[in-house]
Amino acid sequence: MNYGIMLADASKIDFMIHGIFKYNFFGHEVWITTTHVCLLIVMLILIIFAVIVNRCLAKAKEEPEGVQNVAEMIVEMLDGMVDKSMGKAAPKFYNYIGTIFIFILFSNISGLLGLRPPTADYGVTLPLGILTFILIHFNTWAHNKPKDIWKDKCSPLPPWLPIWLPINIISDVAVPISLSLRLFANVLSGTVMMALVYGLLGWIATGWPAALHVYFDLFSGAIQTYVFCMLTMTYVSNARGDA
Amino acid sequence: MEFNDNFILGCSAIGAGLAVIAGIGPGVGQGIAAGHAAAAVGRNPGAKGDVTSTMLLGQAVAETTGLYGLLIAMLLLFVKPLLNK
Repeated sequence: MNYGIMLADASKIDFMIHGIFKYNFFGHEVWITTTHVCLLIVMLILIIFAVIVNRCLAKAKEEPEGVQNVAEMIVEMLDGMVDKSMGKAAPKFYNYIGTIFIFILFSNISGLLGLRPPTADYGVTLPLGILTFILIHFNTWAHNKPKDIWKDKCSPLPPWLPIWLPINIISDVAVPISLSLRLFANVLSGTVMMALVYGLLGWIATGWPAALHVYFDLFSGAIQTYVFCMLTMTYVSNARGDA
Repeated sequence: MEFNDNFILGCSAIGAGLAVIAGIGPGVGQGIAAGHAAAAVGRNPGAKGDVTSTMLLGQAVAETTGLYGLLIAMLLLFVKPLLNK
């Protein structure tokens, strides 16, 4: 029996992750899924772009033209974004923020290429959130005295009365979860919406879903990328104490 | 207590519908944010870029609670956690 979500032919709706093949990894059954394949494609595109830019920059000129122009524009935009929200700590974070920005952006808009966006898998966004978490706490411990951190963790109450400590720890742990769930749920909702349009409407869905792609893949994807990077930068510069 | 599978699926569908009511809150919140941003741009048109990016950031954060509701609805509909396999 087919428990479809609607009366139409629900078997055509497909937005799930599929396993491609499985192997045994020390007694565990591990699946290679469509997410891995899409991630590989996204990474290949980025690597090929990087190699082309590298070749072109080897013979860079004083007045940029062609590929050099594009590359300089991208780098300037990313560096400007980091500069604006991190102040004097920015040069240390150009590389990390730029990398995750380009990676998440390409993952989100890869729905345009007919791929299932890798960020619509919680296994991709949770590591990104955990990276942010590690970055926050590394910077907290590297730039603050343990006494001040203890004082901050007990914050509304005085430091000799750590009743509020568990609440503060819970709110720290909630940061990576909410970051990763926000990205995941946004991209997933776009993917599900497009799958419903294509799966249920059949031949009616020709041409005009392009407008939906512009909203769900390009606009929503770009906004969520920006939000993820912005929040990461805000948290990290708060942790460093020099916003 | 044993329940029929169809009964559980129907209740899951009702639960999914109730879960996406969470969308009301973010809708109101985003509307308020957009309204204030429009007022701010009206008062100071020069700061349009900054106001817009701040508004979009705030709206995307406010959207999170609604997305949690959506996530619960998706889990109920597609992962079917209540069904005893």
